[in-house]
Amino acid sequence: MDIKTLIGLEVHAELATKSKMFCSCSTQFGAEPNTQCCPICTGMPGVLPVPNKKAIEYAVRAGLALNCTISEFSKMDRKNYYYPDLPKAYQISQYDLPLCVGGYIDIETDSGPKRINIRRVHIEEDAGKLLHEGWGDSSLVDYNRSGVPLIEIVTEPDMNSAAEAGAFLDKLKAILQYIEVSDCKMEEGSLRCDVNVNAVSSDGSRATAITEMKNLNSFKAAIKAMEYEEKRHHDAIVHETATVHETRRWDEANGETVPMRSKEEAHDYRYFPEPDLVPIVLSREYVEEIRKSLPELPDEKYRRFIAQYGLPEYDAMVLTSSKDLANYFEECAAIYKDAKAVSNWLMGDVLRVLNEKSLSPSDIPFPPAYLAQLLEYIDEGTISTTIAKKVFDEMFATGKAPGTIIEEQGLVQISDEDALLKVVKQVLEENEQSIADYKAGKKKAMGYLVGQAMKLTKGKANPQLLNKLLEEELNK
Amino acid sequence: MELYRLTACQAYDMLKKREISCRELTQSVIKRIEDVEKDIDAYLYLDTEQALKQADKVDRLIASGKELEPLGGLPIGIKDNMCTKGMTTTCASRMLANFVPPYDATVVKKLKDRHDIILGKLNMDEFAMGSSTETSAFKKTKNPWDISRVPGGSSGGSAAAVAADEAFFTLGSDTGGSIRQPASLCGVVGMKPTYGAISRYGLIAFASSLDQIGPFTKDVTDCAMVLNAIAGHDANDSTSAVRECPDYKSALIDDVKGLKIGVPREYFGQGINEEVKKAVIDAIELLKTLGADYEETSLKYTDYALSAYYLIASAEASSNLGRYDGVKYGYRAANYEDMIDMYKKTRSEGFGSEVKRRIMLGTYALSSGYYDAYYLKALKVRTLITEDFKKAFEKYDVLIVPTSPTTAFKIGERIDNPMEMYLSDVCTVPVNIAGLPALSMPCGFDSRGLPIGLQIIGKAFDEETILRVAYTFEKNTKFHNKKPDER
Repeated sequence: MDIKTLIGLEVHAELATKSKMFCSCSTQFGAEPNTQCCPICTGMPGVLPVPNKKAIEYAVRAGLALNCTISEFSKMDRKNYYYPDLPKAYQISQYDLPLCVGGYIDIETDSGPKRINIRRVHIEEDAGKLLHEGWGDSSLVDYNRSGVPLIEIVTEPDMNSAAEAGAFLDKLKAILQYIEVSDCKMEEGSLRCDVNVNAVSSDGSRATAITEMKNLNSFKAAIKAMEYEEKRHHDAIVHETATVHETRRWDEANGETVPMRSKEEAHDYRYFPEPDLVPIVLSREYVEEIRKSLPELPDEKYRRFIAQYGLPEYDAMVLTSSKDLANYFEECAAIYKDAKAVSNWLMGDVLRVLNEKSLSPSDIPFPPAYLAQLLEYIDEGTISTTIAKKVFDEMFATGKAPGTIIEEQGLVQISDEDALLKVVKQVLEENEQSIADYKAGKKKAMGYLVGQAMKLTKGKANPQLLNKLLEEELNK
Repeated sequence: MELYRLTACQAYDMLKKREISCRELTQSVIKRIEDVEKDIDAYLYLDTEQALKQADKVDRLIASGKELEPLGGLPIGIKDNMCTKGMTTTCASRMLANFVPPYDATVVKKLKDRHDIILGKLNMDEFAMGSSTETSAFKKTKNPWDISRVPGGSSGGSAAAVAADEAFFTLGSDTGGSIRQPASLCGVVGMKPTYGAISRYGLIAFASSLDQIGPFTKDVTDCAMVLNAIAGHDANDSTSAVRECPDYKSALIDDVKGLKIGVPREYFGQGINEEVKKAVIDAIELLKTLGADYEETSLKYTDYALSAYYLIASAEASSNLGRYDGVKYGYRAANYEDMIDMYKKTRSEGFGSEVKRRIMLGTYALSSGYYDAYYLKALKVRTLITEDFKKAFEKYDVLIVPTSPTTAFKIGERIDNPMEMYLSDVCTVPVNIAGLPALSMPCGFDSRGLPIGLQIIGKAFDEETILRVAYTFEKNTKFHNKKPDER
């Protein structure tokens, strides 16, 4: 029997405004606890919220970039619940009239492109943070995050696998970073993801109850949790076991999800219109102004990279997955005209090192011009491709220009025929057995001799020339 | 005449002309408080020492040649639900018994900027929920006209303090009649301005869409002058209106010729005391002799106002009072087993029964499955009532009705019967629902000698016409001159 997984996501992204949603406190991450709060964001009796216009603008930008319709009239509502990190005992959010409705993101899947529909994007304030570790039986509250503006992006259950959900999250993150409304750092909590999963049999005769998973704090955790749930739901259909609508938690240590609470215990949030705020009324002109100010988005850039640089689709997709990487590529390609070579280096060595060190493209420690220079040194024959890798590692470690590194370490390629010939002769004198092997038809011996020559020259020998000279000498 | 007897404007004029010092003025009011407060119990918090220090500062300012702004330099009182920096602000609740705000409410700041002297904080019903000031967790305020009777509520302390000359003026808040009803029962002038006319920043919320701050004064002129001092847009309150603030003083015109008065019959029906009815109708007749026209009219949704009000106000209150959970603000139960137990015990012990009743009512009205039948329906009624008034104001400049169905009732008489207590607000609640301005002023006395209040309702942001009618009435009557202790 065919079983179909249905996954819907609710993604919370902190908006990168300087100040909070309803007061002027800083949103800077990592400050000492409770140093970035005031009577307003800590819900002191008597205070009132004043909306941050920039936050609304950012939310509209996000809505437009996600192909949503922007509501000319929307309002804020109160979501009531008790928790120590929520000082007012209600969160100011949006309920029945969200700021943005009905958008989509196109993703690539194994079976081709796919459109994931977005139900809504709304604006709300973040809660504080509880600190449980190191205080015995007590927990402490840090209100620095309380009142930081968020957008919540709610998708339709259009994703049919954890991989598709992963592709959606990657694309979403890229878009939000492109339009500079969120830095999307999952490790700092500026991007958080709730997942809804269930499964249905293809004939529609069986379906599992929806599982909700909250606050998955990394992409990896989200994907692993979804994979786990995908299997659990499939098993439930196959074995016809009963499922309940519940909230589950991802247990990273044991690699499994565990139940948190069932729907019967779920909150009744008692939403109602926030009486301390007037409705958000946006003029068409205002929305169009913002639309005009949107930068080129990943999909457009992807198409342009293919058209303008003649890149393969795969290269264009990888390069445009990050605005910083795409910009880096373009700056480099403006200097060094072989775009495919630039792409190869970025997708190969650059991304490899970034991944190894868990860095992002904005952390590349040298300017695009340096990478262009490195490629030119190869073309000119100043260094070999092998030496270039060594120079590249040094550039990454020190941020120095390739020319400086080549000079400092004496890495200029030996292309002088007389000098190389001397090396070749020395190698041949010291390896008579290899010569015999070669002449006996063991072509492998050639490789050994090249290696020996490279060793003598510390890798600086021009490989083509070295090969030519060696062959000439051996065949004499 | 004793200085404490002066109106705010008279006291300010003498201060300005240096006929008296601020210390003399303040001492006179402090002496008055010492004499009568044991009977009245209007203040929850008093700091006479600090007040005298402030008075000396004002005297130095005057000596240095600085001219005080109108109504500046006067000893006054503030209802205990408006935040005062460094001074307890309790909402008359155990929950906030020790709450000392680190900031001033916008209205408090405005008055302090004029060098007004805050003598202390005034008693009220707990979290402004009540019509008699009896739900205060700390004390019962008595009506200066008869200390066996309530001063009305919820701003009972603010009304009684002005009636007993324990402050030149006071501020109160009005969610369903909490300024006008006690003003009526205590025989003083009380005004609830248009929703949005005065900043709510720093007013501890009861029902945010209905709450409005306003003055209690000894006469209509003082009322206009206090409005001048506290009205206007505030960047800290998104619901405060962005508009040019009028000079309310210029509305004080002794002339009502050609004004059209509407008299909605629903406000004179069952439950309205006959003596009250008569006094109000006599007042309307007097205005007619002074050149106004009046006509009976109808506001047909009036009967639904009280029900809609108790749903909307309680729903908002259930959310506004959520923050008193023992985590960050106010009282926390001493013993509890876990977090949920702490919430339960804190709120069970910290709130009084009327507050709990409203929280439960509001929580129920907002619960899923009941929202449409209660809260949403109440909002629809709200729209109908607002439309009702709008239509009436196409024909009339003001509406005149009683403020309270009865004069002051006995302490303890209604406290055990919530429905009867809620009916005390039947004439005032519709005005809050529609966000309109209205003023209550004395218009007679019943056979026991207790004051009767006249309520003048105006169009949104047309406080001026209300003040003009009130001023004319006051100029042509003597009710406001009578003092409780001269009964």
